[in-house]
Amino acid sequence: MQFFTQLLTDPLGFYRAHQLLLAQVGINALLTLSMYITLRAGMLTLANVGFMAVGAYTSVLLHLHGHLPLALTVLVGALAAGLLALPIGIPTLRLSGVFLAIATIGFGQVVVAAILNVPITGEGRGLTIPDASSSLLPAYLSLVVVVYVLWRLRRTRLGMAWDAIREDAPAAEAQGIDVARYRLLAFVLGAVLAGYAGALEARINFFIDTSLYSFQRVVGVLVFAVFGGIGRVAGPLVGSATLTALPEIIRFARQYRDTVYGVILIALVIFRPRGLIGGRTGRARPAPPRERAPS
Amino acid sequence: MGPGAALAAGVTGSLPAQALNGIFAGSIYALFAVGYTLVFGVLDILNLAHSAVFMLGAVFAYGLVVAVGVPFWLAVLLATLACAAIGFGIELVAFRPLRRRGAPPIGALLTSIGLALIFVNLTEVRFGANSQRFPERVALSGALRLGSLVLPDAKVASLVLSLALAAALGYVVRRTRTGRAIRAVAENPKAAQLMGIDVDAVIAWTLVVSSALGAVAGILYGLSQADVNPFMGRDQIELKGLAVIVLGGMGSIPGAVLAGYLLGLAEVAAAVFLGSNISSGVAFAMLFVALVAVPGGLLRGRTARRV
Repeated sequence: MQFFTQLLTDPLGFYRAHQLLLAQVGINALLTLSMYITLRAGMLTLANVGFMAVGAYTSVLLHLHGHLPLALTVLVGALAAGLLALPIGIPTLRLSGVFLAIATIGFGQVVVAAILNVPITGEGRGLTIPDASSSLLPAYLSLVVVVYVLWRLRRTRLGMAWDAIREDAPAAEAQGIDVARYRLLAFVLGAVLAGYAGALEARINFFIDTSLYSFQRVVGVLVFAVFGGIGRVAGPLVGSATLTALPEIIRFARQYRDTVYGVILIALVIFRPRGLIGGRTGRARPAPPRERAPS
Repeated sequence: MGPGAALAAGVTGSLPAQALNGIFAGSIYALFAVGYTLVFGVLDILNLAHSAVFMLGAVFAYGLVVAVGVPFWLAVLLATLACAAIGFGIELVAFRPLRRRGAPPIGALLTSIGLALIFVNLTEVRFGANSQRFPERVALSGALRLGSLVLPDAKVASLVLSLALAAALGYVVRRTRTGRAIRAVAENPKAAQLMGIDVDAVIAWTLVVSSALGAVAGILYGLSQADVNPFMGRDQIELKGLAVIVLGGMGSIPGAVLAGYLLGLAEVAAAVFLGSNISSGVAFAMLFVALVAVPGGLLRGRTARRV
């Protein structure tokens, strides 16, 4: 419980002691939001970690070899991930359910295999970024922007189209919504955000290697999203913050930390099946009778 | 790369020897995936604790042989039974409460991940994080010789056992009364209940059988790869298991067997022609192409709905 006492009585000391953890919370929140975007459009895609790797490696390599400023390379990394999402998304997004999930997991594995075989990426040894900065500002600033945009999106044509597709894709199609296009858009936006989070993470950690992009990481991000509840934008935020901080909070459990984490995870899923703050059903409210999207 | 990457990759020897290695690796993938796909077929749920049960099977058998001194085959039997009981526990803790509450199916993914974390963590504390190997004196340390080919007994046993167990499971599901109940629940649990089938019991048995098969796969893996550790089910095995059940057509037992062997052979082919580093990536690239070309899997079971 020392975690909370310190947070309340000595915020500055808490900040110093947990700076890395706070950075990780910010990064994980961005990643979880990238998964939230695709889940929102009714797709379980697990390529996020692959896009993260693309963003991170593109950014770091441009910085190390192209001598571009870090901030610029982070943006380029995010864009590279988004561009790559197009050729990946177009053939795969006609799959659905688990098939889509597995096809996209495959992508992450292929990216890792590619990194391990291209000499410029340092192969298995990873890359060090000597002049990075562990400042939390970029991560949290971007988080605020992303959350605001996603929150505003709910009531727009795009947000409602995603909701309609998630609830019933054939019905949405029948309403004249271009399902394939909106899905691809969600996939690409998710990839951009994941690439961005990956590039930021590289910057904060001073180091990247392929162990950051394992299957466990994808599963972890999915757990963050579902645990918080995907009914609202706040769900992924609460989910990723809680679960990223949880291992630190339950330090007292020592070597049994993962066990305590597992028990808490199971208990919460059983007692809050729609997510920590997905209290309402997590379904869209019945759409008001408005004008329909042009076909 | 996790330890599993070495399962098919990085082997040396002549081309027939390589092909055999692919087949041996494939039989372990197949056996692991058969249990995985059975649960998916019945429950529409991915049981992500399956890879932890795979690990527990090997760790229990190792513990019984080394620490207790039980004969190998008895240890295999006891470890399998223990894992079968754990399968029942998985149903009671991770799946049944969610069904009772009508929770969305994705919740089961999370509870099974929670159990996997617990199993791996407790094993790490009790067993240690280091890789162990079954001692030489244990059964199956010899080898068959066929001309220039050397067939280690452990690998031959993997091949024979995985085919026999998959065939037995296929027989039970297709030909027996229990199997008919399982298929009825898979098709439509409500209707099955109305026909007087005890749905909870069928699901519990499905998990028991699936976990027993996973345990045997783990023991065979631990034996033939000389590698038993708390993390042996993570990443590579788990991921390849998923790939195999999707490629085989979700819920299809023969499909999982076929896809298991295909993956084993494809990995070896990639290792031989492109280098061992790239083999796991190639396997997934193939999977990607296969999924896009044949979206329902090789032997289409029931088409999957949402996760």
